[in-house]
Parts: sequence; structure tokens; C-alpha cells
Amino acid sequence: MELTGAQIVVKFLEDEGVEHLWGYPGGAVLPIYDALDTTATTLKHILVRHEQAATHAADAYSRATGKPGLVLVTSGPGATNAITGIATAYMDSIPLIVITGQVPTSMIGLDAFQEVDTVGISRPIVKHNFLVRDVAELAQTLKKAFYIATTGRPGPVLIDIPKDVQNAKTDYVYPETVDIRSYNVVTKGHSGQIRKAVDLILSAERPMFYTGGGVVLGDASSQLTEFVRALGYPITQTLMGLGAFPASDAQSVGMLGMHGTYEANMAMHHCDVLIAIGARFDDRVTGNIEKFCPTAKVVHVDIDPASISKNVKVDVPIVGPVAQVLEDMLEMLRLEKRKPNQEALSNWWKQIDSWRAINCMAYQPSTKVIKPQAVIETLHRVTQGDAYVTSDVGQHQMWAAQYYPFEKPRRWINSGGLGTMGVGLPYAMGVKMALPDATVACVTGEGSIQMNIQELSTCLQYGLPVKIICLNNRFLGMVRQWQEFFYDRRYSMSYMDSLPDFVKLVESYGHVGMKVTDPAELESKMKEAFAMTDRLVFMDIQTDHTENVYPMIPAGAGQNEMILV
Amino acid sequence: MRHIISMLMENESGALSRVAGLFSARGYNIQELTVAPTEDQTVSRLTLVTEGDEQQIEQIVKHLNRLIDVVKVVDLTNGEHIERELLLIKLMATGAHREELKRLADIFRAQIVDVSATTYTVQLVGDKSKTDAFINALDASLILETVRSGALGIMRGEKRLQI
Repeated sequence: MELTGAQIVVKFLEDEGVEHLWGYPGGAVLPIYDALDTTATTLKHILVRHEQAATHAADAYSRATGKPGLVLVTSGPGATNAITGIATAYMDSIPLIVITGQVPTSMIGLDAFQEVDTVGISRPIVKHNFLVRDVAELAQTLKKAFYIATTGRPGPVLIDIPKDVQNAKTDYVYPETVDIRSYNVVTKGHSGQIRKAVDLILSAERPMFYTGGGVVLGDASSQLTEFVRALGYPITQTLMGLGAFPASDAQSVGMLGMHGTYEANMAMHHCDVLIAIGARFDDRVTGNIEKFCPTAKVVHVDIDPASISKNVKVDVPIVGPVAQVLEDMLEMLRLEKRKPNQEALSNWWKQIDSWRAINCMAYQPSTKVIKPQAVIETLHRVTQGDAYVTSDVGQHQMWAAQYYPFEKPRRWINSGGLGTMGVGLPYAMGVKMALPDATVACVTGEGSIQMNIQELSTCLQYGLPVKIICLNNRFLGMVRQWQEFFYDRRYSMSYMDSLPDFVKLVESYGHVGMKVTDPAELESKMKEAFAMTDRLVFMDIQTDHTENVYPMIPAGAGQNEMILV
Repeated sequence: MRHIISMLMENESGALSRVAGLFSARGYNIQELTVAPTEDQTVSRLTLVTEGDEQQIEQIVKHLNRLIDVVKVVDLTNGEHIERELLLIKLMATGAHREELKRLADIFRAQIVDVSATTYTVQLVGDKSKTDAFINALDASLILETVRSGALGIMRGEKRLQI
């Protein structure tokens, strides 16, 4: 059937099973918007208020469901506004398909109105990108984009489509298959390497699992849980990995890294075999790389060969999908006569429990001022630990990660790699749109929320009753904390003056606002907010501005050099 | 250590900038770079010279392999290989220098490929040490212009870089 390029885009997305498309129209993408209007389609387009929010919402849709997120924006400023969201997804390996309109091919390079070199600008922050110059290649290019975005180590793929290509006609057949000769996805780990890893794992006296976002993205949570439980070894998870292994399990020693638990970081530092799965040895995890895990042999399972031995030299590398590799390891373990050294393991646990006994997450409660940690603990109680929690970036993000124990994967949605302020609200929109029956809470601060607050309008238009938990401490808290510790308390530009009256602001957008200042009424107000299941509620919670995130590994220090309080 | 990395990449617009962008984004250095078509019209052969320790080179090769437009990569330095560079150099050639430069070119088995009343243009093919040696042997004040192709390389024997 002969279709225009614009119609092909719409038809292809339908054929590919896409449900939601986040976007914003503009000149160079009008033919596709027209095709959305004139074609009977099951595709639901959500009109955001800023292109950055479209990319974040689509990104969160993907994080919550595992399916790729879809973005449609125009050329020039539409594309550049989307860049932050694309970079955010890239750093956390989220499959995102970004379709951008472009000026007609005859005008490319002439500095046309709303022209920008989108492919050039986005190149370092996408897994791959395409400029489609011929409508005959459009369908196949879209297919390639989905294939590249969702396989191997996932990531965003951008397709730039000039306006004349959107208007040109060609026969459309849904491309069932895709073949890219230079792109081969590893489907299985090397069995010899897996054997070596299992041998090393069984010989450990002070073993440690260190798992990351790759376990969540690779849907390997159940395999990981089974493997870790079968061995009885301690496990720590990165910020991006939280929920892949249940936090309430006694084998979990919590998050590691700069604001991880004392026990997790001490166990990392003293372990003799480190089993890293779907994690990438980020600097916020390792601290000073020279002092990282000084006595450990390292096993590293990752889908991306370039992640292995990038920051830390690995002894047993395994390239493969984590779910498959873990299944192979479990199978070997079942057939194995050898068992872990129980005596050594029991001594190791004694040591870990002594670190645990320090109770590093304890904080000074207060009846006068609302403690931010208490807000997160209250959120956990009120939502029975079963919410989808999105967060922005800063102190509140760390407190959410520390005080909301996640039992399931894909429940904790935050920008780990790029650390993008402003993601929280669009993330909540993306999750709520994907899972209308889920309880969705956005933990944010008065700084971050203002970076994408215009999306309150989108939430009203599409009926997205998310709950915004704003820890309002009148400061850019994490900046203030670093200035207190490392810049001699010179609070340069970290105080937020002239804040809006958030209650009035959200009311003007048609939502419910609540201001909470008294610790005694925090829980009842929060219950009230979550009871309004069909309304967006913004809780402006006035918190203790002097509170810092502890424990902390200062930059340049080793994992055994934490500041406790 | 100096490494010659050679690859086949898809003849797609932007493929070269993906390779160059990777090097600049990750702080690696490209010292020499050549790109040209091959017998297979769908791919180009790109050869580059970079410096790095073993771990850096391993990362460079892994990251190059990650690029969708890069079909095959080989670090030629890992095995027996032939390296060649083409040098074109324009020299001030007047008076007694004309004879002397001709003799020097003969010693290095270089060819004078263009002549004017005051200049010679000399062509020399060899590995980097040879082209360096020739340039060093010249009186620097006579060099008017230097053009070097950068290294090209191919594996010895039956081994070849193929799709």
C-alpha cells in the first residue's frame, strides 16, 4: 500500500506495538502530526509542555515497563530541548526511540529556519542515530532503530526525518526482519568463563555480590535472587540496581557507594571475591579507584564488553545477557558437589553484622521540625512499600534511595548516571501513563521540581494523579552540603529565595496542594493525599534545611573511609 | 606504545565523525588518520595511529567495535604487518642544492616527481622511520611544504581484514 513517509511512521509504530508517544509539534514535523490526526490509530500521543519532559516521560515509561519509550519532536529547538532527556537515557542505558523532524533535504546545510544538525548534536549521547534521506529506506530504518535500541546494552536511538521525506510516498510493508552486519548481539556467556567464575565464587571466603542497573534492564531479578539465596552470600546493590534483589532480605546489606551503607562499603573493601553483575564500577560506587576492593578477585558479568575492565581490572570477565549467564551459573551450581565454605562464610557474616550494628542510617528524630528521612519513611508506610517512586536529583534522591526499601525491580525510577534535575515529575507521568492503577510518588525538592514544573499542565490534561512529595528545605541541598563540607560553608548560590507558593501554584493548574510544617501531622496529611486516588496532590513539606545525607564517602577517599555522621 | 588500528566501516554519511567523535569524547588521541574506498563499495578502510598502554588500546578497540557503522576492527600492531606512508615534500632547490638534493633522494630511493626553476617536489614511500629519517636528513631551511599520508597498514601472509 502506498503511504507518505509520515503515514509510514504512524503505521510502523502501530505495527511495532507502540502504545504511547510523547511529543510536541512544530513546523518540520507537521506531516507526522497530521498523519496522527487523519489515520485511525491505536497510538496515544501525549502532548507535553516542553520537549525535555517528553524524553523523560518516555524514558520512565521504558524504565517501568521494559518496553522502548517513544518521542516525537520537531527540528531545531524541538530537538535541542530533547537533548538533556536523551543524554539522561543514554547514561542509564534506557531504550528510547526519538523521532525528530528536520528541514527539507534541499535546505539542509543552508541555515534554514529551525535547522540544526540534530544527528551531529546527538551523536555522542545516542547508541546510534540516522538521517533518513529517502522515503524508501524509512520503514527499514525505523526497524533498525528499534532493534538497536532494545537489544544488547540498550540505549536511545534517534531518527531525523526531513519534511520532504515525510511527504514523499512509497509502498509500505512492515519489515519483519532486520539485519545489521556490523551489530551482533551476544546471546550467551562463554561457558568456560562461567565455569571459571563459579569455581572462584565457590572458593570465596569473603564473597560479595555487587549488582547494578543491568540486572533490572536485563530482567534478571528472579535469577539473581535465586542465585544469591542459593549461595547465602551478602549482596549490595547500586543506586540503579535497587529492587532487583529484595531489600528486606537478610542477605541484602543495602546500597553501596558515596551514600551507601557502612556495612556495604566495608564489605566491599574487605571482600576476597567480588561478583559484579550488570554494574559498571561508576566513580560514585568505587570512590578512589586506587583503594577499591584491594583484596578482591573480580568476576564481572556485563552485556557490554566495553564496560569490562574500563575502570577496574577484572579477573574473570563474562560478556553476555545477565539473565542467561545467571541461569547457566545456577545450573552449574545445581550439579556441583562443592559447597561454599560455611565456616568462612559464617565468620564473614559475623564481621558484616558488626558493621551493621553501627546502624549507619540512624538519624536524630525531631518533634519540632520535619526530618527529610522521616518523610521517606512515612511515604514507605503510607504506600505499604509498594509504590513506584520517581525522584529528582539531590539530597532527596539519596534519602529516597536510603529510606524506601525496594522489594521489586523497576519500582525505583531515577537519573543515576547523568544526575538530571527536573526528571522527577515527567518520570512520574511516564510511569502513571504506563501503569494507570499503580501508586506513583515523585520525591523531589523545591529546586528540582521547578525545572519541569510546567508538566503539571500535562498531568491535568491527561488525568495523571501522581503524588508529588516535595522536600522543601529552601536550599539546593546537595550543593549546600558540599559547600558546608568542602567549601568552608560559603553557600554560594545554593539558597533558593522567592519560591512560589506551591499550594496556590498547583491549584492554579487544577490540582490539590498541601503545605506541611508540623511533624505531628505529616503522616495523616500524607494518608489524606494518597487517599485522593483520582487527584494529583502536591505536598509542600517544609523540612530541616540543616540536614545532610549520611553516611558519605568524600570524593577521593576509599570505601573504608566513610563519614558516618 | 604506538598502535596502528585499521577498520572497515560502512560507507554511511557520518561514519567518520563517529570514529573521530569517540576519540575526542573519551580523551584518546588520533596521531594519523587515513580513509579511502576499498574493492567493496559498501565499506571504507580507515587506518589510524594512536598512542596508549595496553588497557587504553583494549578500550579503544572495544569502543570502536561498539559503533554501529564499524564493521571490523584490527590492531595491526598485534601481529606481523606491513606499514607504509607516502611523503610528498616540496624543497627549495637552487644552485648547488639541486645536485645535492637529487643525490639525497637517490640514497633514500625517493623520486623527484615535479620540478620548477627553484623547487623539487619529492615523493617517498616507506614506514614512519624511513620517512622521518629522510626529513631529518634534509636541511630544514630548504623544506617549503610537507604532506604525509599517515600510516597505512596490512597484515602479512594470508591473514586479511574482511567482512
